[in-house]
Amino acid sequence: MFNKILIANRGEIALRIIRTCKEMGIKTVAIYSKADAESLHVRFADEAVCIGPPASSESYLNIPRIMAAVEITNSDAIHPGYGFLSENANFADICRQSGVKFIGPTSEMINKMGDKVTAKETMIKAGVPVIPGSEGLLKDVKQGIKIANQIGYPVILKATAGGGGKGMRIVTRDEEFENSWDSARKEAKASFANDGIYIEKYVEEPRHIEFQIIGDQHGNVIHLSERDCSIQRRHQKLVEESPSPFMTPELREKMGDAAVKAGKCINYEGVGTIEFLVDKYRNFFFMEMNTRIQVEHPVTEEVIDHDLIKEQIKVAAGHEVSGKNYYPSMHAMECRINAEDVFNGFRPSPGKITSFHSPKGHGVRVDTHVYAGYTVPPYYDSMIAKLICRAQTREECIKKMQRALDEFVIEGIKTTVPFHKALMKNEAFKSGDFNTGFMNTFNIDDCIE
Amino acid sequence: MNFNEIQELIKLVNKSNLTEFKLKDKDFEILIRTEKYHKGAQQNVVSGHQMMPSFQQPLSSPAAVNQPIQKADESSVTAAPEAPKGKNVVEIKSPIVGTFYRSSGADKPAFAKVGDQVKQGDVVCIIEAMKLFNEIESDISGTIVKVLVEDASPVEYDQVLFLVEQ
Repeated sequence: MFNKILIANRGEIALRIIRTCKEMGIKTVAIYSKADAESLHVRFADEAVCIGPPASSESYLNIPRIMAAVEITNSDAIHPGYGFLSENANFADICRQSGVKFIGPTSEMINKMGDKVTAKETMIKAGVPVIPGSEGLLKDVKQGIKIANQIGYPVILKATAGGGGKGMRIVTRDEEFENSWDSARKEAKASFANDGIYIEKYVEEPRHIEFQIIGDQHGNVIHLSERDCSIQRRHQKLVEESPSPFMTPELREKMGDAAVKAGKCINYEGVGTIEFLVDKYRNFFFMEMNTRIQVEHPVTEEVIDHDLIKEQIKVAAGHEVSGKNYYPSMHAMECRINAEDVFNGFRPSPGKITSFHSPKGHGVRVDTHVYAGYTVPPYYDSMIAKLICRAQTREECIKKMQRALDEFVIEGIKTTVPFHKALMKNEAFKSGDFNTGFMNTFNIDDCIE
Repeated sequence: MNFNEIQELIKLVNKSNLTEFKLKDKDFEILIRTEKYHKGAQQNVVSGHQMMPSFQQPLSSPAAVNQPIQKADESSVTAAPEAPKGKNVVEIKSPIVGTFYRSSGADKPAFAKVGDQVKQGDVVCIIEAMKLFNEIESDISGTIVKVLVEDASPVEYDQVLFLVEQ
């Protein structure tokens, strides 16, 4: 087992990893930028190294500085968390060359799944159903229009290096194609330095249902069932839950099998998530794979009752997975609490938190790095806490979430708590009958202060 | 207060925006002045209970004891009497993460000792990271009045290495 892990991340996930490391008797090293000197992950790690100024490019994304910190602390493994360098194949490679274990997949696995076009080709070979679309990147508008007519409108243009909803455009007819093509390429170039675009059939009103998998270094892959992440705003997830209200035992078997097949065909090592789109007929299609631990991993933890970070560290140290799949034994939901002003277009609201009380009690979990007196810096993403509830049934879970949100006090900045309160009272959400188009029908005026 | 608690207190004060912190508890009294005090920074006086975040950081936390990145003398109680009064004392800080060396070799003389005059652009130390030896140049001129890091010890970004009197 590892002696010392350096956490190449910040915020709540850094604290999350530190907690599990402590339970496992592993020493921890926190790295931080000047803006995070007061952060909790810095306080609770055994050692902490300041690696740069606030800008991510000079700190959390800066590989030489991070490797220097590994060196002076004699860390033998790095946990990359999510975001930042967690899916950077170059970083995984540098760790391997430096003799430090990157807690995650190899650079080859990251490359295979990180490029959306290559991932899709790999899935087709593995026999996993995929969304009909272009084979490879689009050459030009003419080819695009031809394929669009073959697979049928509406179609969606997507950036091959994309993520977070950027570089995507829906096209409903030939006349719109050229403008959407130009605009998607521009955005992709600006966001990912890669303007490669591919095309897919746009699955209307799909549900986003993802499967958690774990692969070990011995070729075994298992799945831990699904999370439904259909409640999204501009392709950013707001709420996740398990089990999916749309799931049936038969569908779970089929999708779980497909997810395990996907992991096995690339010999996947580590925790990963296979994202599927599911149409109203319960046909499912591979969308993409995330080769890291995800923000919403606590939802799965709460329904299968295992520590996913611990399992992640164990497979990185060479342990074998159990060989069986895991199924949800209760219902759990997560609300992502962001420092955003819901009444002003969800614009970011950094600043000092003057008062903070997080909800507690039976079935309530809060993963957060903030506290009263903490200043939310403007340099990083806006998520400040994850509120996770679990209960025997979905109905009770929602009631618990309502209670917990009412108890949540965060003053000094604006947060998305009012949005979540309204969501938990929304009839469509409560019925379980929703898809990724849900936020288009949601009225912001329903938000409860 | 025991030694560990004092050590924790110094770290906590240093990380805050305070220039000066005074605590009196029956017969025990402690005054801590940070680098910001010597720069003459204008700070508002805050009452003691507002300084700490709402969670209770235990002052005798065992985690503090094994800190290898010791910021020696950075804001210790000895900083106040030793720094020359009324003079302009500026810091030279580390621009990178690595291991600090005072000279280019074990048998070589130190680049900068207390009392030495340095000019802008003079090499004052070497910081090694991943087998690359980076010569760190001073961006100011003056006299070295204090060396804050021991030879061959790890340093982090922005860690104060030298105090220079201008």
